[in-house]
Amino acid sequence: MNAPSEATVTREHGLALLREMLRIRAFEDRCYQLYGEMKIRGFLHLCNGEEAVAVGAMRALGPDDAIVSTYREHGHAIARGLPMNAVMAELYGKQSGCSRGRGGSMHLFDVARRFFGGNAIVAGGLPVAVGLGLAQTLRREPGITACFFGDGAVAEGEFHESLNLAALWRLPVLFLCENNLYAMGSALDRTEAETDIAAKARGYRIDAAAVDGMDAFAVEAAVGDAAAAIRGGAGPALLELRTYRFRAHSMFDPQRYRDKAEVEAWQQKGPLITLTTRLKTKGLMTEDDYQRLDREAAAEVDAAVAFAEAAPWEPIADLERFVYAEPAA
Amino acid sequence: MNGPDATHSSGTRMVDAAQITPLAPARLSYRDAVRAGLRDALRADPRVFLMGEDVGRYGGSYAVSAGLLEEFGAQRIRDTPLSESAFVGAGIGAALGGLRPIVEIMTVNFSLLALDQIMNNAATYSHMSGGQLHVPLVIRLATGAGRQLAAQHSHSLEGWYAHIPGLRIAVPATIDDARFMLAAALACPDPVLLFEHAALYNAEGDLTPGLTAVDLERAAIRRPGRDATLITYGGSLAKSLVAAERLAGEGIDVEVIDLRSLRPLDEETILASVRRTRRAIIVDEGWRSGSLAAEVATRIVEHAFYDLDAPVARVCTVEVPIPYAKHLEEAALPSPERIVAEVRRSVGREGAG
Repeated sequence: MNAPSEATVTREHGLALLREMLRIRAFEDRCYQLYGEMKIRGFLHLCNGEEAVAVGAMRALGPDDAIVSTYREHGHAIARGLPMNAVMAELYGKQSGCSRGRGGSMHLFDVARRFFGGNAIVAGGLPVAVGLGLAQTLRREPGITACFFGDGAVAEGEFHESLNLAALWRLPVLFLCENNLYAMGSALDRTEAETDIAAKARGYRIDAAAVDGMDAFAVEAAVGDAAAAIRGGAGPALLELRTYRFRAHSMFDPQRYRDKAEVEAWQQKGPLITLTTRLKTKGLMTEDDYQRLDREAAAEVDAAVAFAEAAPWEPIADLERFVYAEPAA
Repeated sequence: MNGPDATHSSGTRMVDAAQITPLAPARLSYRDAVRAGLRDALRADPRVFLMGEDVGRYGGSYAVSAGLLEEFGAQRIRDTPLSESAFVGAGIGAALGGLRPIVEIMTVNFSLLALDQIMNNAATYSHMSGGQLHVPLVIRLATGAGRQLAAQHSHSLEGWYAHIPGLRIAVPATIDDARFMLAAALACPDPVLLFEHAALYNAEGDLTPGLTAVDLERAAIRRPGRDATLITYGGSLAKSLVAAERLAGEGIDVEVIDLRSLRPLDEETILASVRRTRRAIIVDEGWRSGSLAAEVATRIVEHAFYDLDAPVARVCTVEVPIPYAKHLEEAALPSPERIVAEVRRSVGREGAG
């Protein structure tokens, strides 16, 4: 499956991608506001600018596939189909949250959707993804495992150990590197002798390619192709999804490490702007269509906030639950 | 980073344990008992597999898994690269994915390379996900000193791991537990770390006739006694039993508790014994500061302070990285002599012997 050319893009497909990206953008913008209102606490890592990666990848993956994510995973979770209510309630620390208030922003889980969590240790999810892939292989399951991580993770030993093991055992793992150019405040070229991430993967005999991570069509096509090859027994693959984070690393980041001009330049080629322009130029979407999707996204976020506000707190009496598995009732 | 070769391993000091246990027909080594447990598990459940460094073609650095590759094949007996973090994490992922992995880490010292996976993932997933995820993973690790392997192959860090909520820490010290604890660990939905003291692999003993299963939580009284309680586990059990026999010759009747599980701790058994004997001496191959021995001592003081007739005492490893030279290593470790001396002090018989 190649990325659709200008001739083959359909209205339905384009609107579906845009709709999901608008949901994520609206969610993240509201989180930013709620943090200021002290409704959300702890670390909060927003994914504005990276929506095309989440939406494109999740559209190309199926319900059998397992997902392992990072601490910047609101977009992954929402695109995967986690109810926005449960995600927002989790950020509020409520019992109705997708991790019952024990995980917060960095640890969203939904086992029914095979969403194996945000991991707040950089590269900490990669070995787990290898194991999920091993289970899929040994159990002869049809699914693959998609593992998100950032460019910072490639400096960790777990990245190298995991790529080697996945390649050695030809496991069905798709490594998805969201390269947003900065590991917190450290630019890739200030921390890596070899900045070509795909080249590192090829060093482990893993098929790898770089993709425009600001183009949801391109991400969807690349992930779809890679997933199909993996399902066909080709072994693991890596995609470097080149993207950019519009907001700060977290809510405590004065962003001294990058120029405003750089941020603005990337915003001009942001995933929402480019997709919107493309669809309008092609005559596949009107301004009314856009406004409707935007209003629907805002309404969904409003409802999620109301849900989270009203949701109960986990009783302190239950503090020690779930440290160990509970006997079946 | 090479594991000790089983064929060069002397490991005979702990055979003392066998001299205490009454002889019975079904005599086997601790190594054979662990292997029999592995073979049972692999036969009983197709979800079970073993992976680790040199577990397959080499047969295990302590020869525990010798022959299993031939019997079960390379899919289920998986040699891994020297990538502790990756293969322990892969064990976690495989457990999440519906399998029952047994991961062997050559020694506890090497487990530090996988500590991120054990601490940040295995121990947290259940709670952090609000009870959605379970990690039914078993990690087997060799631990302990006594074979002149110096400061990077000899430490006893099980007490460290016992600090971590979300993990279960079990220590087979007897042939029965070596044989059957693995099955109990595999039946548990939580991550379980099984610490096998490397000096025990050559120890021989007898399976209790008719025994087919053991639990994963209860301490065991290995020797009943009236005058003092020795609380120990793992590689220190045999030393404690030797000390108890010597003390019996002096008319001091010592009870010996094998903790078996370091997390959870079987407080009930410990406290019931100490309330009877009114004296407690903890023998732990870990260092003293911030140790498992400190935890046990604290619980005794918290819950049985007024039942005590003497201060709680500890016999731990001297606080040095384990040295190579035999006389220095022996001086660093708990020994029957040091245990005897502490018990005598506890019962007010310091001049005895």
